[in-house]
Amino acid sequence: MQGNKVIGEAAIRAGCRFYAGYPITPQNELPEYMAERLRLVEGGVFIQSESEIAAIHMVVGASAAGARSMTSSSSPGISLKQEGISSLAACQLPAVIVNMMRGGPGLGNISPAQGDYFQATRGGGHGDYRVIVLGPATAQELADLTMDAFDLADRYRSPVMILADGMMGQMMEPVIFKEPKPRVYPENYIMKGAGSGKSKIIRGLILDPLEMEEHNWTLERKYRVISQQEPRHELYRADDAELILIAYGTGARIAKGAIKRLREAGIRAGLFRPITLWPFPTNDLRDLAKSVKNYLVFELSTGQMLEDVRLALQGYARIGFHGRPGGVVPTPVELANVVMRQYDRKQGIIEHN
Amino acid sequence: MKKVFGRPKSMKSNIFHYCAGCGHSIAHRLIAEVIDEMGIQGITIGVPPAGCAVLAYNYFDIDMIEAQHGRGPATATGIKRVLPDRIVFSYQGDGDLAAIGIAESFHAANRGENITVVFINNAVYGMTGGQMAPTSMLGQKTTTSPTGRKPILDGHPVQVSEVFSLLPGTTYIERCTVNSPASILKAKKAIRKAFQYQVEGLGFSLVEILSPCPTNWKMTPTEACQWIDEVMNKVFPLGVLKDIPAGEKKESGKKP
Repeated sequence: MQGNKVIGEAAIRAGCRFYAGYPITPQNELPEYMAERLRLVEGGVFIQSESEIAAIHMVVGASAAGARSMTSSSSPGISLKQEGISSLAACQLPAVIVNMMRGGPGLGNISPAQGDYFQATRGGGHGDYRVIVLGPATAQELADLTMDAFDLADRYRSPVMILADGMMGQMMEPVIFKEPKPRVYPENYIMKGAGSGKSKIIRGLILDPLEMEEHNWTLERKYRVISQQEPRHELYRADDAELILIAYGTGARIAKGAIKRLREAGIRAGLFRPITLWPFPTNDLRDLAKSVKNYLVFELSTGQMLEDVRLALQGYARIGFHGRPGGVVPTPVELANVVMRQYDRKQGIIEHN
Repeated sequence: MKKVFGRPKSMKSNIFHYCAGCGHSIAHRLIAEVIDEMGIQGITIGVPPAGCAVLAYNYFDIDMIEAQHGRGPATATGIKRVLPDRIVFSYQGDGDLAAIGIAESFHAANRGENITVVFINNAVYGMTGGQMAPTSMLGQKTTTSPTGRKPILDGHPVQVSEVFSLLPGTTYIERCTVNSPASILKAKKAIRKAFQYQVEGLGFSLVEILSPCPTNWKMTPTEACQWIDEVMNKVFPLGVLKDIPAGEKKESGKKP
């Protein structure tokens, strides 16, 4: 099944009943899939919005009204959505946002890239907030993580982003959809008219300075819990590794190919793959540094996740880097060659500066 | 003794922050009275804007969710599509609707969303201190048009109701004002009709209210009320611009 459609099907199975979006390549198969699929499920609503901005604010309304809600786009469109994502965070509303990254900045092009890492993992919009960011690397993970995204969004009343790229969206792989968990979301968070009870306000505007600060601390306390409880990563051939590549999403797929070549060449390389990009699996990576001292960060950008790796490993291990920004997708051969150039068993990896 | 006037049930007992002579508080009360009279307090969801009315949720005793500047109709669309049996209205100013949110408003209208928009047109940005609005009059002096609005630099006042009434998706559009007891009663009727049409599932309705802003117009409340009659009405004539259900009623009432 094609990656974009996998997300759509997983979302429907997870109970997504509201989708709004605006066409942009390379994610168009997803809204198209939702348009077809949502009309076949009870209570399903699909809207092709007039803009990315309208789409995310429709999601705000739908989420407040109690529907599991999703929107999707690609880099320039995600920039436009940031106002609404900030609003979702402020109002503590759950929603899933898919970003099929493309080359940037500006309009860039539609080839795979990972240049939106900063935007995704640092909140993205204005204000003191975070978004949970999941970085799938296979079609199976597109399915699993999309379902998980809805659960996480509800659990933490927070926007959750699936961060992938055109390669992930376009590729086809077999997928088994897992059984979705029943939704756990308290009724009293849902805005559906006050009935005979007390009326509810959902807002992010807080004029009182002390209340504003307290609201921000409330959000921060939530983010700390997420940082402790939700980091996920995958280790690949790391048991005997002398050198660990760190990559996510499409980068991790390339890295796995490179590791095969490196091992054939006698270098015992392994992979540390963050699955949650925020929260970044900092502690897990630092634990790994107890046994492995050489790392190479590989990204389809000029070095964004590199900063998170440095926060985790600086002073604990040697950190090299290889990045190709949006435009060209590097091959496993290229990456393997880079590693062989930069890594020497005696001197360790050449540190990036 | 019979009580002839009181605080509507759909209004909290908070004191309005609005300036003396401002039209917002009147419009709020009219909406609350309509909600009371229709008995829909428990099923109504309001979407206040960014602007002076951003704190509307402190006054209405109904469920309310804030919208970012101009996005009210998009947020209202999301709510209404998920909960089609609720009554959803968006309350917007002229900057909110006719400038930053024109796309969201125009397309919600064009889709014929079954929501109601209450559009407060006071020809300035009130909350931010009286800057030029898309609906400012030609020649009107504001903090950002100190020598008066000039069409060649600033464009013309946007006639939202006229433009929206051209869209096949809209059901009912009326322009009212709240500068006299008679006009206030008329405005209430219009709001009532708009909500009634929504209850009946008839589609998108918009009530534009020319609203005095004495503070930013630098006038007394009385002068502001006169200015609506003497200046604003010339560009924004009052009246029903579109009322499809009423037309249909008339049609069906005709003898063959």
